Amino acid sequence: MIRTEEMLLNVGPQHPSTHGVLRLLVKVDGERIVETEPVIGYLHRGTEKLAEDLTYTQIIPYTDRMDYLSAMTNNYAVVHATEKLMGLEIPERAEFLRVIVMELNRVASHLVWMGTYLLDIGAMSPFLYAFRDREQILDLFNELCGARLTYNYMRVGGVKWDAPKDWIGKVDHFVSYMQKQMKEYHQLVTGNEIFIQRTKGIGVYDQETAINFALSGANLRVTGLNWDLRKDAPYSIYEQFTFDVPVGEVGDLYQKYLCRMKEIDESLKIVAQAVANFPSEGKIMGKVPRVLRVPEGEVYVGIESPRGELGCHIVSKGKDKPWRIKFRRPSFYNLQILPTLLKDENLSNLVAILGGIDIVLGEVDG
Amino acid sequence: MNTLLLYLGPVILLLIVLGFVTYAILAERKVIGWIQGRIGPNQVGPWGLLQTVADIVKLLIKEDTIPKNADKTLFKLSPIIAFVPAFVVLAVMPFSSQIQFTDIGVGLLYYMAISSITTIGILIGGWASNNKYALLGGMRSAAQMISYEIPLVMSVVGIVLTVGSLNLNDIVEAQQKTWFIFPQIIGFVVFIISSVSELNRTPFDLPEAESELVAGYHVEYSGFRFAFFMLAEYVYIFAMSSLTTVLFLGGWNAPFGFTFLPGIVWFIIKFSVVVFFLYWVRATMPRIRVDQLMQFAWKVLLPVALANIILTTLLKEVPFLTHYY
Amino acid sequence: MSEEQKKPPVRPKPAAKKVEQKPLPPSPKQPVVDELVALLRRNFGESAIVEGYINQPNDHLPTILISREKWLEILTFLRNEESLHFTYLQNASAIDYETHLEVVYHLHDLNRKERIAVKVKLDREHAVLPSASSLFAAANWNEREMYDLMGIQFTDHPELKRILLPDDWVGHPLRKDYEAFDEGV
Repeated sequence: MIRTEEMLLNVGPQHPSTHGVLRLLVKVDGERIVETEPVIGYLHRGTEKLAEDLTYTQIIPYTDRMDYLSAMTNNYAVVHATEKLMGLEIPERAEFLRVIVMELNRVASHLVWMGTYLLDIGAMSPFLYAFRDREQILDLFNELCGARLTYNYMRVGGVKWDAPKDWIGKVDHFVSYMQKQMKEYHQLVTGNEIFIQRTKGIGVYDQETAINFALSGANLRVTGLNWDLRKDAPYSIYEQFTFDVPVGEVGDLYQKYLCRMKEIDESLKIVAQAVANFPSEGKIMGKVPRVLRVPEGEVYVGIESPRGELGCHIVSKGKDKPWRIKFRRPSFYNLQILPTLLKDENLSNLVAILGGIDIVLGEVDG
Repeated sequence: MNTLLLYLGPVILLLIVLGFVTYAILAERKVIGWIQGRIGPNQVGPWGLLQTVADIVKLLIKEDTIPKNADKTLFKLSPIIAFVPAFVVLAVMPFSSQIQFTDIGVGLLYYMAISSITTIGILIGGWASNNKYALLGGMRSAAQMISYEIPLVMSVVGIVLTVGSLNLNDIVEAQQKTWFIFPQIIGFVVFIISSVSELNRTPFDLPEAESELVAGYHVEYSGFRFAFFMLAEYVYIFAMSSLTTVLFLGGWNAPFGFTFLPGIVWFIIKFSVVVFFLYWVRATMPRIRVDQLMQFAWKVLLPVALANIILTTLLKEVPFLTHYY
Repeated sequence: MSEEQKKPPVRPKPAAKKVEQKPLPPSPKQPVVDELVALLRRNFGESAIVEGYINQPNDHLPTILISREKWLEILTFLRNEESLHFTYLQNASAIDYETHLEVVYHLHDLNRKERIAVKVKLDREHAVLPSASSLFAAANWNEREMYDLMGIQFTDHPELKRILLPDDWVGHPLRKDYEAFDEGV
């Protein structure tokens, strides 16, 4: 009597697919995935609990380590929430610096995503090209704030370090270099028939599912909904810049790739505008008391990080340390749709679909 | 003298092939490195020339592990069955008008037939490992190699029709005026794609690179046995590139009548171009999914190869083209 | 100079000031929250809504405090009602106020670009709330996180088990009275 049984495949915490420590318990029936269960928490460091014992300025380095690929946006989430609660005004030069570093960080994060995604699909070379270009961004950040990955750059009221001499010129130079490089990436990858076959029509979901799962970022925009927090709930000085928001039509992996590539172009546009209008002088830190005491109240702000909506919910009781900080982490929400996407899917597509969601495990676990 | 050559010849060829394998592995790492904006190995020996030697030594001094419940005889036999055909097919390869081992009437058929035996070796390796993932990988690899052999053979039928013989020497001599890459361009494209797949190289390396999810057929092999599989792959690169040169690039014929270089040098140059092309494709392309791979072989390559045969027979009748066909 | 004679200069400690809360001017969005509270009270009874106010620092965010019994019904209404259409669960937090626990859901309507915050107070010893995972698929993991770290039980949840901490962990770390067993290390 021939009998088939389902096999439990453990895509264990250590992955060659460079997404971090994520464990997937996959039940397969031959080549078809029956059920998936993601097991997370391997990188949970208790940031929210630790933050209850730290002052608002001391929390900022902790936020760097959550989504370590886009640490600037993490910094900004906590700093922006605190400033909102305190009602502070930020000097213009600081705002410009903030926008420039956040958008450059978006470019760097998307480059890492693109490189590792193509490595998962099997192409080795775009990974190295992406990292070569990202090196230039990291060098710029190194000059600005002394760190390459975890910047600890923003402060409540402004930023810590001013742009060194000639830094703005270097940023400008990088933007023109990168805009040329994007053509090369499109030549190498976008038209590649093998890549298209592996990503077109795969991992499709519709807008309603996306909203139900509270997806954000490119994962939501790829279904056709034009929702970008920089435009729909503007913060900082984003209203001063003109840029488009790339929106897909079908929620598949190929469009996600195209969306993110276009987002790089748009970020470069924003940086170019910011550099052109950069105030030649000004303070980088507003009037902030030495010991930050935040008035009683609660606030929730959401900003557009490369992965989606990064939110920070602060409850304050009037002291210098927050009563409760909660981070709304986009990768946590985005990863939740994975079991639904993988149901009845071919096993060979698992890696491609997981890569397309763009998760960072430091953010999933927090 | 002749009997001495008879016995020493194969040994010399083996040494040349092993030398090629050593430096082909290094060349691949270097070339791919340069394409990716970095330099390849350069620490071991000047310019990394002793890198492969170090790797081989590492493999040789490893512990020879055999899984407890593995089929010991088959486990030991599998690498041998995989490697030996790779070397045996070189017997019919005409490297130049003087350097060849045997001149049999069915050289091309011999090559295709003997190279299929490697598939058995791979299947045996996957089975004997007593590992369900190795078995899966071995089956996939065998399915891929069998599927792509058919377009491979069909694509060269056009050449056989033109030359009227399966003898590799005759094929090379028929290319004195034009190389077959020009009239048989469709066959060439099908042949190149099928040969990359036969070699289990990117973009068709899913059975091996499935180590993301399910491991390849050689997962249980370590040390020298694993080295045998790797050796088989690179000797096949040697054999397949030689075959491509002989069939489509004119073998030892000099282009445009540049006979100042001997035939063997031209052969080496053309051969190197083909090998470089294989490295280039590996650095550039992503991987094809396994189901798309099968569809591609049966639904695309085979019909195109058959169409090429029909086209060749038709163009044979056209008066001013019949010289080429 | 010996060590004892070197004393750091004594700096006068700043008096611990509590930040003064001046009475704020009425918010332009006050009518919005008043209307919403009235609508919900009409449909679900007077006691369903405990309070509705505007959170001024947070961009005048309408906030309503709901009673626990009507939690799921009001969320369903907020989601499905045509004029409200709050389909996007932006954030779900749990806060420990030492006297009670509180769960806050931030909901968003992507069409009208409107946000509200919905709160409910829970008893610390017996923190039970109906699960919203049938309404918002996003609530599934969020509620697991709130159960894991804050110890709030969600009824009718498809799979309420720990998500971030190991399955055999004892205690709920985000509570204010949580004692880590390696305290003092």
